[in-house]
Amino acid sequence: MVKSKEEHQKTVTHAPKTGADLLIESLIVADVKTLFGYPGGAVLPIFDALYKKKHLFNQVLARHEQGSIHAAEGYARVSGKPGVVIATSGPGATNLVTGIADAMIDSLPLVVFTGQVNQTVIGTDAFQEADIIGITTPITKHNYQVRKISDLPRIVKEAFHIATTGRPGPVLIDIPKDIAANPCADHYPDDFHLPGYQPTVKPNPLQVKKLKEALLSSNKPVILAGAGVQFAQASEELIAFAEQHQIPVVNTLLGLGTFPGEHELFLGMGGMHGTYAANMAIYETDLLINIGARFDDRLTGNLDHFAPSAIVAHIDIDPAEIGKNVNTHIPVVGDAKYALKEMKKQINQTPDFGNWRQHVYQYKQDYPLWYKQPEQAMIGQWVIDKVYQETKGEAIVSTDVGQHQMWSAQYYKFKKPNRWVTSGGLGTMGFGFPSAIGAQLAAPDDLVIAIVGDGGFQMTLQELSILQERNLPVKVIIVNNAALGMVRQWQEKFYSERYSESIFSIQPDFVKLAEAYEVRGVKIESPNDFEQQLPDLLAHDGPVLIDARVLQQENVYPMIAPGKGIHEMIGVKP
Amino acid sequence: MKRIITAKVSNRSGVLNRITGLLQKRQFNIESISVGRTEHEGTSRITFVVDVEDYQKLEQVTKQLNKQIDVLKVSDITDKAIVARELALIKITSNAQLRSEIQGIIEPFRASVIDVSKDTLSIQVTGKSEKVEALIDLLRPYGIKDIARTGVTAFLRGQQPQASQDATPFSLLR
Repeated sequence: MVKSKEEHQKTVTHAPKTGADLLIESLIVADVKTLFGYPGGAVLPIFDALYKKKHLFNQVLARHEQGSIHAAEGYARVSGKPGVVIATSGPGATNLVTGIADAMIDSLPLVVFTGQVNQTVIGTDAFQEADIIGITTPITKHNYQVRKISDLPRIVKEAFHIATTGRPGPVLIDIPKDIAANPCADHYPDDFHLPGYQPTVKPNPLQVKKLKEALLSSNKPVILAGAGVQFAQASEELIAFAEQHQIPVVNTLLGLGTFPGEHELFLGMGGMHGTYAANMAIYETDLLINIGARFDDRLTGNLDHFAPSAIVAHIDIDPAEIGKNVNTHIPVVGDAKYALKEMKKQINQTPDFGNWRQHVYQYKQDYPLWYKQPEQAMIGQWVIDKVYQETKGEAIVSTDVGQHQMWSAQYYKFKKPNRWVTSGGLGTMGFGFPSAIGAQLAAPDDLVIAIVGDGGFQMTLQELSILQERNLPVKVIIVNNAALGMVRQWQEKFYSERYSESIFSIQPDFVKLAEAYEVRGVKIESPNDFEQQLPDLLAHDGPVLIDARVLQQENVYPMIAPGKGIHEMIGVKP
Repeated sequence: MKRIITAKVSNRSGVLNRITGLLQKRQFNIESISVGRTEHEGTSRITFVVDVEDYQKLEQVTKQLNKQIDVLKVSDITDKAIVARELALIKITSNAQLRSEIQGIIEPFRASVIDVSKDTLSIQVTGKSEKVEALIDLLRPYGIKDIARTGVTAFLRGQQPQASQDATPFSLLR
């Protein structure tokens, strides 16, 4: 039977809706604007559906899926919104694994979509098939494989809810190709009920009362503030609480920025490469108030010497973190903002901690961070200090992992939260540059600086493509010591200077490399040149790569050697 | 120390994998595990016996299990008044002459013979793990060909003793 012209018209304009269309609608409902996607066979239907709605999304095509997911992490860290990633099945999905693990351990909200082979061939070792659900179960907050199209809107809504509430984390949704490609109804319900997931947001007032009583009988309290303060957007409440009661504050690596770096009460970062004042305050305190930190081993050092005479109060939205590493006397399960509000309500008058403050301020004064900048050559600490001074602590700084990361944590004193993007828990080399791209997309008008090492940068440098393509004015500073600096430092100190595979015998010409990607590249070798050129380079209207040549022999100090206690720092003075 | 932990879980794909994977990741040894449906459609009960070093580790197990989205409730019931049972099927070498002798051994255990062949005998026994162990020990001299055990499944008794009277907590495995 021949169709009438009218009927034919109808079939053309009303192509049936598919699972992929449904997915895109769910993304719109979830208010997703920026997408870090990389296409491939199993996600062709999804990218086709995206093509039809491309005016609604800012799509970013990284050059490797690892770049996509680290960019999404940077985006999440700076915007506070979930980063959304789409990758194809098999290798596309497995290339995301490092980023998923990184987001899991650093509690970053991500919603990751992976393609999967058709349901009819799942389990047959089909082309580009990988059991990504099995692979990512231990490194996601939750994951799903969509088996019925009608479940898709609910699953997507659930995923965004789980990723962004409680302790944030990555959620993965695996979508078989047939689910994305097959036609479906116009609408399915997306209501969900999660009886097994009810995070405790409001703290128990009785626990806060215990904290109050501990504080009233304390002489030497100290606050340890972690990334939980940032996720709860509780920085203002933290500052107000510390100021009201005049309690010194220590930050964890990931908590940097939640308390102003130049604040009088701020003792610096604690832990392996923290300040002497911060670590000694934790060592000597009689009341350690942990707000949103997880007592990571790089912070605590040897647990036998960690806050040995302290009553430990721990405020955390994840009850499993309380008592995991450090014996805790006052557990407070809840969101940091709510906890700080409750503390404000309950705690009015506290003793004068003046003597204690003077004591720790003396440490601050006697044992400041130090370095010796030679006249002719640059060192990493000085480079980062200069960047800090030039940007007055107001830039968004993203780093890789290693010496430059620790120096950035030490010398870049953030004024505000959500400006510090670094891979803390997993310590992922190759993170810092793509995460800076995500950070710039989240804050297009802000100055974003990627401080990276020459080692880590070479792991993900292909993302230079995006800078020019999207005209993202990211400033990349390679702290180039022609070595894997932190590995080299450990080999020097703990392996009798046997520099096994940590020193690069050849290096690419990073300036030419930048130019190959149409990015302005500059090599700087002398401190004079750096000081002179830095303001112009940072003000440049477009991306810049600075190859800053620094001395190889520099080490990160002060330091707690592995296995040592928090009070046994070495390299505390020149 | 051995602890009996029960978990009510949503019957979602991969839930068992999540739980065993979690225990493996945190280095908790599973002594036994048994799973089955509950009175509520869509939920299952998992009973495991785990071997943990200390109470801090134990607390971590239960907290980590509770963190799973598909886990509805986790309880450590070791120190509660509980009913705990496991079932074992034991196949031993036997001939016609031995049958009545074996019958005499298994009778006090209220075990039963469930299969007989020319030279084997299969026995079913239900009860606490110690009872099952005791029977297996008695049968060992006859030549055990095969054992299949379900692992412990358990729940709380209808009535729990008052906390004040609970001086010596009932424990199955301690």
